[in-house]
Amino acid sequence: MRRKTSRLLRGIALLSALALGATACGGSDDEGSDQKPVSASDLQAALKKGGTVTVWAWEPTLKSVAADFEKKYPKVKINLVSERSGDKHYTALSNAIEAKKGVPDVAQVEYFALGQYALTKGLTDLAPFGAEKLKDKYTPGPWNAVTQGSDAVWGLPMDSGPMAMFYNKKVFDKNKIAVPTTWDEYVEAARKLHKADPKSFIAADAGDAGFTTSMLWQAGSRPYKVDGTKVKIDFSDAGAKKFTDTWQPLIDEKLLAPITGWTDDWYKGLGDGTIATLVTGAWMPANFVTGVANASGDWRVAPMPAWTKGDKATAENGGSSLTVPELAKNKELAYAFAKYANAEDGVQTRIKQGAFPATTAELQSQEFQNTKFEYFGGQQANKIFAESAANVADDWSYLPFQQYANSIFNDTVGKAYVSSTKLADGLKAWQDASVKYGNEQGFTVEK
Amino acid sequence: MSTPVTTASESIPAQTAGAGKGASRLRTPRRNTPGRPKRSVLLTVLTGLMLLYTVVPLIWLVISATKTQEGLADSGGLWFADDFALWDNIRDTFTYNDGVFVRWLLNTVLYVVLGAGGATFLAILGGYALAKFNFPGKRAVFAVVIGAVAVPGTALAVPTFLMFSKMGLTDTPWAVIIPSLVSPFGLYLMWVFATEAIPTELLEAARMDGASEARTFFQVSLPLLAPGIVTVLLFTTVATWNNYFLPLIMLKDSDWYPLTLGLSVWNSQAETIGGDVIFNLVITGSLLTIVPLIAAFLLLQKYWQSGLAAGSVKE
Repeated sequence: MRRKTSRLLRGIALLSALALGATACGGSDDEGSDQKPVSASDLQAALKKGGTVTVWAWEPTLKSVAADFEKKYPKVKINLVSERSGDKHYTALSNAIEAKKGVPDVAQVEYFALGQYALTKGLTDLAPFGAEKLKDKYTPGPWNAVTQGSDAVWGLPMDSGPMAMFYNKKVFDKNKIAVPTTWDEYVEAARKLHKADPKSFIAADAGDAGFTTSMLWQAGSRPYKVDGTKVKIDFSDAGAKKFTDTWQPLIDEKLLAPITGWTDDWYKGLGDGTIATLVTGAWMPANFVTGVANASGDWRVAPMPAWTKGDKATAENGGSSLTVPELAKNKELAYAFAKYANAEDGVQTRIKQGAFPATTAELQSQEFQNTKFEYFGGQQANKIFAESAANVADDWSYLPFQQYANSIFNDTVGKAYVSSTKLADGLKAWQDASVKYGNEQGFTVEK
Repeated sequence: MSTPVTTASESIPAQTAGAGKGASRLRTPRRNTPGRPKRSVLLTVLTGLMLLYTVVPLIWLVISATKTQEGLADSGGLWFADDFALWDNIRDTFTYNDGVFVRWLLNTVLYVVLGAGGATFLAILGGYALAKFNFPGKRAVFAVVIGAVAVPGTALAVPTFLMFSKMGLTDTPWAVIIPSLVSPFGLYLMWVFATEAIPTELLEAARMDGASEARTFFQVSLPLLAPGIVTVLLFTTVATWNNYFLPLIMLKDSDWYPLTLGLSVWNSQAETIGGDVIFNLVITGSLLTIVPLIAAFLLLQKYWQSGLAAGSVKE
């Protein structure tokens, strides 16, 4: 019996190995086809003819945009698939593109992940559809992101995340602490606050790739340089040092709440005064309203702290675009929908529901800027956001494999938050791991 | 209600007289079991701790389901908040997003009826055949079944996905139902149970009286197997009801999601920009999701308890 069992076990082990091998097989390279120009009248004809457009996007405001679009073009049906976001969304999208099956007509892709899909020819260049004429509609940050510094347009910007500092005024007032305007003041405020109330922390940060890259962006660091398949990764410039020098004391002195973002703990901490500030993108108010409803009136918005007093440079955090995958079946209709949602009537619909626009006209309109946020005690917060959008530091780019890089952030930089590893060493480890992966993927990566 | 139970116990003396070869191997030597077990403080304390460990999450769930989104953030987990919103929460859970929760609930029921029901049926047929018929290769089947019990379903999900993807079955309910039909553990349990519960003499008698094999199975054996069937049904129902990973990789279309996936979608809404944060509905939905399982266990308690004990006690 024992002999049999061991043979059986070996069989099972072999089966499992086979199973693992099967999942590891990669996709084939695919040459993108050249897109012929599509005129406005072609688009109109396609809209009249009708069809179904499958949209993979989690942006909640698209639901009513899709309904409006169907009303306007009764022959077109929008099939909005919105259940998956983040990593799950990208995994599904990459799988569909690799399998060449079930690829959506429109896919939401965040700016940080655009490079990955653009470079592997997963997306349609929208310039032949007339997208390059929309350039002046958008603020420079998002437009830079969708063009990736080339003539191609890989998607239409849906929203943007110029950064600002949300702060719990009640906590600051109670402990008589001034609202910081520079990062040095921020560290000071962190010390004072935690001393006055050991349960309060200036911020929650358990290591977040998006936040860290945005901080580097504002600090003037440009760790990623991308020129086609030639990539340079370097976390040792002056900007990066500025960031680590400021952030390391916050970690060392345990001034940051070790709460992971977007969890129920995090929402709770934002509500009960545990987390005093949140430096993030301008899209945050909608989440405050539904997720932290109990602290309505406690929070205010201030400009993102500066690295030197008076410096206005900010950065972007988050934001996404609507893209048309190369294998989309109905590209004309797909483009028409993306344009409607992100450059036409859809923009207003989405702003009304709390989305933060990427379009200049809306950002600068009086109506938008004068909107009073009841949640922020009647503050006209959009003025601060619009100001931030105008001052986003330029020349930033993400890696063409940023999604992977972000996924290993916690194994490298994340260590600085839980062990004696220094932030700078963590960044170095992240750099090395990213370089290694990039070279394995066929990029030429330098340090 | 208790008829099948008594029939099963009545059958046991008959079996001892026959002393089936397979049965005698499973017999455990009679240990020194006194009528009045000694009380052990240590064991009582350990059992108490175990009880707390298993019941506290349930209590937390029930209490939290009475809170609004604000109440959840404002109050501790193990006591009520000022507002009592259980009924509102239940109503909102059923109506949120055009009542999608109901759709997920019906999907889950569909997967359980077809998947767990089918798995139980196949386990009964297979277990009965293995217990009561001799055929070449029986030992090989035994080895495969025991081996299959050791392989977690999760490990097979990805290869199954690749196979189903080629067959064009992914993103359909079949992708969840077909893999659920296989329950090696259920088969093994049925096998052991059938060996014990059905006296071979009874089958011989039925055959002597001219009953066909099908008739013998349905009219003689099936009633004797009832406690075992309920046990297997409960096991497969729980496995299918709670199945998360398989539907996760098989299904893209939320119209076919079971409750487990649906709740995780609701939970992840909090992680998206502009997403509606509905932790209160996630919690209430979770409570509503486990209620049918608890009800099934309580109602069928009598059956599965006797089913579990079968084969472990010999008179």
